Amino acid sequence: MSLLEIKDLHCSIKGKEILKGVNLTVNKGEVHAIMGPNGNGKSTLAAIIAGKDIFEVTKGEVIYEGKNLLELSVEERAAEGIFLGFQYPVEIPGVSISNFMKTAINEQRKYKGLDPMPTMEFMKLMEEKKKIVELDAKLANRSVNEGFSGGEKKKNEIFQMAMLNPTLSILDETDSGLDIDALRIVASGVNALRSSENSTILITHYQRLLDYIVPDFVHVLFEGEIVKSGPKELALELEEKGYEWLR
Amino acid sequence: MASIDMDNYKKAVRPNEEDFINFSCNISQLKTFRINQYNGFFFENNKNNEISITKDIIICTIQTAIEKHHSIIESKNLLNSIEQNQEGLFIYIPDNISLEIPLQILDVIKANEPISIESKSIIIVGEDSHIKLIYCDDTVNGNISSTESNINIFLENNSSLEYYKMENINNSSSIITNTNFVLANNAQLKTFWLSINGGNIKNNLNVSFEGEYSKADLNGLYLVDKEQVVDNVVSVSHNKPNCSSIQNYKGILDDSARAQFQGHIRVMKYASFTEAMQNNRNILLTDKAIVNTQPFLEIYNDDVKCSHGATVGQLDESAMFYMRSRGISERSARMLLMFAFCTEILSKASIEELVDKLQDIIKRRLHGELSSCENCVLLCNTPCGTFDIDMSKIN
Repeated sequence: MSLLEIKDLHCSIKGKEILKGVNLTVNKGEVHAIMGPNGNGKSTLAAIIAGKDIFEVTKGEVIYEGKNLLELSVEERAAEGIFLGFQYPVEIPGVSISNFMKTAINEQRKYKGLDPMPTMEFMKLMEEKKKIVELDAKLANRSVNEGFSGGEKKKNEIFQMAMLNPTLSILDETDSGLDIDALRIVASGVNALRSSENSTILITHYQRLLDYIVPDFVHVLFEGEIVKSGPKELALELEEKGYEWLR
Repeated sequence: MASIDMDNYKKAVRPNEEDFINFSCNISQLKTFRINQYNGFFFENNKNNEISITKDIIICTIQTAIEKHHSIIESKNLLNSIEQNQEGLFIYIPDNISLEIPLQILDVIKANEPISIESKSIIIVGEDSHIKLIYCDDTVNGNISSTESNINIFLENNSSLEYYKMENINNSSSIITNTNFVLANNAQLKTFWLSINGGNIKNNLNVSFEGEYSKADLNGLYLVDKEQVVDNVVSVSHNKPNCSSIQNYKGILDDSARAQFQGHIRVMKYASFTEAMQNNRNILLTDKAIVNTQPFLEIYNDDVKCSHGATVGQLDESAMFYMRSRGISERSARMLLMFAFCTEILSKASIEELVDKLQDIIKRRLHGELSSCENCVLLCNTPCGTFDIDMSKIN
């Protein structure tokens, strides 16, 4: 059974059709890159999988671990193992990262019928996972993303991913706004979390990220459809020829 | 909400102290020096106090102050305004006194029939003295009462006062507070005004700078639901140069609650180098809740820095989605956002034990639980979420 199966997915926002029949299958252990120009539906696809309700799914289905994903609430999807790394992580003044993570972990545990994580264990986990993305110890006591630089925000996304240990991670333009050092750290964080038990969908429009996180498959999302799929070399070809080549 | 038809209210008379003796307000881990007012009347007997404070401090009725401490009263030109008033509370902190232990005024109301209460207090903080004062309004039962309290507070040169006001009365009752702060040179005032429970609350807060280089930092929070009404009318008069003031008021309104914020900054002609800021932020949880926010800046001097801002909105949807995408339930996400919104108000408060307690009260209030203070049905000293209800107090 595939981890994620998207079949003929159509969706629109305010009457405008954005996705026009997307098909995608992701198995455990795979890394998929979805590329394509801006405004062609990449982030919409990510948001629909995560459960953002401003889109109307007009046709098609999304099956995750055999379940109809579109019927689950945002938080249920998270507890089922779906993680969205945001293109623009949200600032939440007054909520510390540790309080945020503790609440998230314990609510996910509650969903699974588990007791809250003991405080000592949680603290240990925080320490351990902070190292993966070289997250400044001081940042963890600050409010979520408040006053963070672009790089710190993206590191914080990967830190959260490490804490929550998802089965399917969708990283939406994680490379945007990163300098080369931050990109290297973020990418090595993602690579460190790769295993045969989880999968990653990378959304990007630059080949650059794929030098650091090597995908198993590359797909091109163009005008609401996946128009081309192939091995990692496809990304290089795209880089060379540009998206106009697809027309 | 209590409709105010004063004909039906009986003017409160000095009650029997025994009726109030069971009331105590214990803030876990925090020792305070208690000053008791029952139905608006000051009771000198302080046997509830485990601690004593220095004898130089005068705490008595205004009448006693007129008789025994006439020179202090005269020096403040207070005689005209208080002659009519025999009762009332007088607190005088002499010069050069720093109290680590906060003073706590407990204004307890026990109405057996609808009563109206009028109280008057005068507080003087002497030169180079530093005081913290916690002022709690509580009702011990659900009966109707209407309170008007008039407080005049003087901060002398180089003094400081941290003033906490906890309004926590039943929703059948109303309260009007008229509080006037007068600041001399280099005085520092911080206020934290929390309107948590009460049917109809109106706070008139006036700050008058009568000296230079003084600061007033005015913080307020109102959490109202059902048909509660809260008005905050804050007025700051910059009469002298080089003073600064901040007004930071926030509110969350649920159900059909209504709130009003009027913030007035007046900078007089000679008050150069004034800095005055004002901010009022509101979250409306329903379509029926109404907030009216009115900044009013009256500036007669060009050499000033003034700003004001007001927002009325809902909870941040993008923050909600972000939190939910991490597995946090919608309800918990709302709670976290509202709690963060509220507690920012307390960020400048220095009494940690009290801040813990207030955070707990805010948390309960947001959870929609009863949050009246001590002696109510909640055993407040247990952490939020696991507290017990004392059934013996429910009637």
